[in-house]
Amino acid sequence: MEKVQEKVIIAHDLVKKFGTFVANDNLNFEVYAGEIFGFLGANGAGKTTTIRILSGLSKPTSGEVKVAGFDAYHQTEQIKKNIGYMCQKFSLYEDLTVKENIVLYGGIYGMSRTLISERLRELLEKLHFEEYENRMISDLPLGLRQKLAFSVAILHNPKIVFLDEPTGGVDPITRRQFWESIYETASRGITVFVTTHYMDEAEYCDRISIMSDGKIVALDTPAELKKQYNSKSIDEVFIKIARPATQGSPPLGGLGGRN
Amino acid sequence: MRTIFYLIRKEFLQIFRNKFISKAIFAVPVLQMLILVPAVTFELKNVKIAIVDKDMTSESRGLISKLDGSTFFRVSYLIFSENEANNLLHRNKCSMVIQIPSGFGKDIGTGKQGKLLATIDAVNASSAELSWAYLNGVILDYNTDLIKQNISTLPLGPVSRIEINNRYWYNELLNYKYYMLPGILVILVTAIGFLLAGLNMVREKEIGTIEQINVTPVRKYHFIIAKMVPFLLIGLIDLALGLIIGKIAFDIPFEGSILVMFLGSTIFLVAVLGLALFISTFSGTQQQYMFVAFFCMVIFILMSGIFTPYESMPMWAQDFNMINPVAYLMRINRMVMLKGSTIQDISRELYSLILIAVVFTTLAVRRYRKTA
Repeated sequence: MEKVQEKVIIAHDLVKKFGTFVANDNLNFEVYAGEIFGFLGANGAGKTTTIRILSGLSKPTSGEVKVAGFDAYHQTEQIKKNIGYMCQKFSLYEDLTVKENIVLYGGIYGMSRTLISERLRELLEKLHFEEYENRMISDLPLGLRQKLAFSVAILHNPKIVFLDEPTGGVDPITRRQFWESIYETASRGITVFVTTHYMDEAEYCDRISIMSDGKIVALDTPAELKKQYNSKSIDEVFIKIARPATQGSPPLGGLGGRN
Repeated sequence: MRTIFYLIRKEFLQIFRNKFISKAIFAVPVLQMLILVPAVTFELKNVKIAIVDKDMTSESRGLISKLDGSTFFRVSYLIFSENEANNLLHRNKCSMVIQIPSGFGKDIGTGKQGKLLATIDAVNASSAELSWAYLNGVILDYNTDLIKQNISTLPLGPVSRIEINNRYWYNELLNYKYYMLPGILVILVTAIGFLLAGLNMVREKEIGTIEQINVTPVRKYHFIIAKMVPFLLIGLIDLALGLIIGKIAFDIPFEGSILVMFLGSTIFLVAVLGLALFISTFSGTQQQYMFVAFFCMVIFILMSGIFTPYESMPMWAQDFNMINPVAYLMRINRMVMLKGSTIQDISRELYSLILIAVVFTTLAVRRYRKTA
């Protein structure tokens, strides 16, 4: 697939420290428009920290970070206009219906009333969600909730969407469907930045980076990485390079980094 | 501006979908008014007294029936042992012991001074003083009776005295309910302002939904205003409900303008909601929030002058009350309801409340962080 080589994310010597703990240690990577960028790493490798910085929820300690052309230190609100975000913890309002959640987020992103209802129709149709329109989120099974959360994350047609372990705890069929919608999203020109544990999913990405102990230890296309590490699968590559974990577990609460 | 509308709608949907909260916001004012207004009173009635009558004359019996006949006292024990009487006082069986020594009647009959000893339980100092004052009143009355009866035998003619007529303004019948009800209304709106919005905010943090909001370009003050407006309206509705109950159940007089009172309460609610949301920005859990908010709320209410007159507090406490929104509303409500004060009369309180509201709300908006 021909990619337009416009860089939508630039991270140059990105460092994030929580006290003395270095969660992101001099990260260097670029993400191109329209690609599916896999962000791999063991638990505690620092993926969530990076994704929070890129989506304007957390500020880097040092280094140059640009997302959609905006600076991650001072232009977080402009970044937020241009991105979608779906985190590991499900975060739509469970006590609102499918429709109410969509209308709310459409409204927050400043979409017009007609555009919101248009998108709502499209979305319900695409997900075969018509019967769920007025159902409370808390009544939906996890797989459906995740699909919906993803749809909400791209409701406003962002330049980039960040998915932090979007398929955690979801059955294989739903995971497959989920990846189909990721492809479909990327084909619309939305850059997908996705973290995952599942190494089979990594194979679906255009390029992947593997993180270990806060550092990026590998970054290339899945095919190239397999060749380089003489492995049959990404799973094997991952085991070969992500094994030597030296820094140990981060301090509790360090990675979440909530205010 | 449209964003605020969407956010406010979301809050209302959530509030009214919560079965407990949606009922509680209507039940609380009703219960609070019906229970607290009649219960919280300083009125002293039927103080139990034990009398040790060592005299047993018509004079001592006259005094006893005079005491028993007043609405303030009830003679519960008539005994002859001083020890037993003190024991009754110790066991809380009575609040006052009056000893009538032998010779009391004789002294009066011979024109000497009669002597009495009253021992009062002063665990509650203010009710002890009040009992003492009432006792003096009854004794004075008894004295006057004696003088009238014996006017012919007294060596001197009637003594001319200054007579004072008093009239109680603004609450002519000294009805404590009238005094307490405006204060209870303040407590009502205070509780709503302090507890609901702040907890709501912290709950969003706990379940993680605030993260999804923080990653949108929503403006901080939009989000804070959207958290305030629904609870502001609920507070005003509860105030209206409280007033209706006050009128129906206690026939409370309302001298001033209802609009002025609502204006005061609206500004007050903004101040309290601002403070509550400010506290919520540094609370990570509902438990933390409750602890701090409850602490502030109790201090504000107790210092507001609801039970103890504001003016008789020490200077530092009066200074503290300059930043206590509850103290301002306490005065506004009482002045408007009982005195019929106009907007000009309470302008100082209103301006102070506006200032507090602006400061707390600004703090809440500034302290709310969309980035960690």
